Amino acid sequence: MTIIEDTAPVPAPGGSGDAPLLEVRDLHVEFHTREGVVKAVNGVNYNVHAGETLAVLGESGSGKSVTAQAIMGILDMPPARIPQGEILFRGQDMLKMSAEERRKIRGRKIAMIFQDALSSLNPVLSVGYQLGEMFRVHQGLSKKEAKAKAVELMDRVKIPAAAARVDDFPHQFSGGMRQRIMIAMALALEPDLIIADEPTTALDVTVQAQVMDLLAELQREYNMGLILITHDLGVVADVADKIAVMYAGRIVERAPVHELYKRPAHPYTRGLLDSIPRLDQKGQELYAIKGLPPNLLRIPSGCAFNPRCPKAQDVCRTDVPPLYEVTEPDGTPLAGRNSACHFWKETIHG
Amino acid sequence: MGRYVARRLLQMIPVFIGTTLLIFLMVYALPGDPVRGLFGDKGASPAVLESLRHEYGLDKPVLVQYWDYMQNIVLHFDFGTQIASGRPVTDILGEAFPVTLRLAGLAFLIEATLGILLGVVAGLRAGKAADTAVLFLTLLLISVPVFVLGYIFQTVFAFQLGWLEPSVVDDTDFMQLLMPALVLACASLAYVARLTRTSVAENMRADYLRTAVAKGLPRRRIISVHLMRNSLIPVVTFLGTDIGALMGGAIVTEGIFNIHGVGGTIYESIVRREGTTLVGLVTILVLVYLVMSLIVDLLYAVLDPRIRYA
Repeated sequence: MTIIEDTAPVPAPGGSGDAPLLEVRDLHVEFHTREGVVKAVNGVNYNVHAGETLAVLGESGSGKSVTAQAIMGILDMPPARIPQGEILFRGQDMLKMSAEERRKIRGRKIAMIFQDALSSLNPVLSVGYQLGEMFRVHQGLSKKEAKAKAVELMDRVKIPAAAARVDDFPHQFSGGMRQRIMIAMALALEPDLIIADEPTTALDVTVQAQVMDLLAELQREYNMGLILITHDLGVVADVADKIAVMYAGRIVERAPVHELYKRPAHPYTRGLLDSIPRLDQKGQELYAIKGLPPNLLRIPSGCAFNPRCPKAQDVCRTDVPPLYEVTEPDGTPLAGRNSACHFWKETIHG
Repeated sequence: MGRYVARRLLQMIPVFIGTTLLIFLMVYALPGDPVRGLFGDKGASPAVLESLRHEYGLDKPVLVQYWDYMQNIVLHFDFGTQIASGRPVTDILGEAFPVTLRLAGLAFLIEATLGILLGVVAGLRAGKAADTAVLFLTLLLISVPVFVLGYIFQTVFAFQLGWLEPSVVDDTDFMQLLMPALVLACASLAYVARLTRTSVAENMRADYLRTAVAKGLPRRRIISVHLMRNSLIPVVTFLGTDIGALMGGAIVTEGIFNIHGVGGTIYESIVRREGTTLVGLVTILVLVYLVMSLIVDLLYAVLDPRIRYA
């Protein structure tokens, strides 16, 4: 059994060779509050290649959004602090860049889509202005050119009658259309990487599927990397290439998407999968992981999941499990699979 | 939009009648007699008093007086005659109003620029030293009464430093009006600063501002375009309604700096029980209030597209 320190890159479908687009290395983020230091991210490693979709899965408070905000450089510092770690974009550590260098990456190279499009769009500016702003600021286009580009973008994300609606304000659009505008805004300068933080959570189910399909389609077309942050296992299955499951600021399991659904190698992932409602279990009580997510001010010793884990042993309460490399029972390594469980073997095979 | 404005203008009519009637009745209820007051301690023969009362219509029942008064205003734009001087009230208004307008205008300018500036500085640095300093300063300005502030300013700027005139001799000279305008603006300025600060600090945490940062916009643009438009909406409301207060509420300031504006005239009219003059002045102030609140409401829709009037 080998313990790996770093990520083992999965060959990406349509990816550009070995070098990942983005690589997060041993990232730590903490928040200094009156009650103490909240350790939101505790040593996260992941990478994304061009054309690849990484889904980051976890409950609220698992550190998935904070990691994304650290990548974007939009954390409020203070209270946030990054005591340790690297965020490499095309091999360059963004944490070492000047504020101005980082600003030029934001929107241009890495863009972000937020959860609630209504509150994330400026209520007093027309959508055309907000979209056109990308071109005016980053490419120096005139107001008129920028507006034409905005209409083009709205067409791209399939907003009906784009030319007529470019001067409308966010509140005049439906939830799904607003999220399309957010996507258009992220897409404006054809970035290399898009981070979508729960992009469909605020939408109803049919619209969710449309928006997800659109995002996946555009990603393929532009060969972008996509980090999809979600707590919804259903959203992930169709679009993601690989999944990282986060718990209490750590990655607890990493796997190609279909492998994870078939054979989870961490009790937490198993719990998540078991708590999806299924039609063939109609009428039965829905499974739920017992207990509550840990308080990040006082993360349990050993494995952070141990107080809620049905299989916890003494070692789980004392030793922090490293990210083990997961193999078949005969020892054949499973590409891109890791689990931070002392008993991953029993979990996956037993 | 047009229908909304028309409806608002129509609504002004009952408000106008209500306020004028109220003031008319209040002045009537005050003890004292303007005609007797003309003669001071000497007194006059009852026949003379009676004929003067009859001349000014003071012998009629109060509601009839009010009816005549309103008729004259609406039909002839005649606000009556000031009993003390025998001059038409419109003349008095014509003298007092421009002075007050200049004073209030200057005060408003100071209030808006300085208030918003301090508020933005504090709001952007919420919780830091600059913020605490602004909060302390504004608290001080709000708690110190105007007459204290007026005398302090006079002592410091006029008598000790000699920068400004202690009182206003020529009320068309804006340099002379500067100090009274500053005194008049102080309390409102503090409110504007605090309101702006809260609004800015609140909007700094808004999701759309995070989006603006994520778009890679320069800080200057994030603040001037995205933050300010949203933060100034409540401030504009306050500023608009405050114009009325600045014009009517300058009684103390006008007294300290020897300015003969609306405030002083109102004060004199109250002392002399001059119902007609008082009602005339207040009527105009009421109109200013009503028009300003209509303008503010319309501006609201311009600043915030979510608000639509039908």
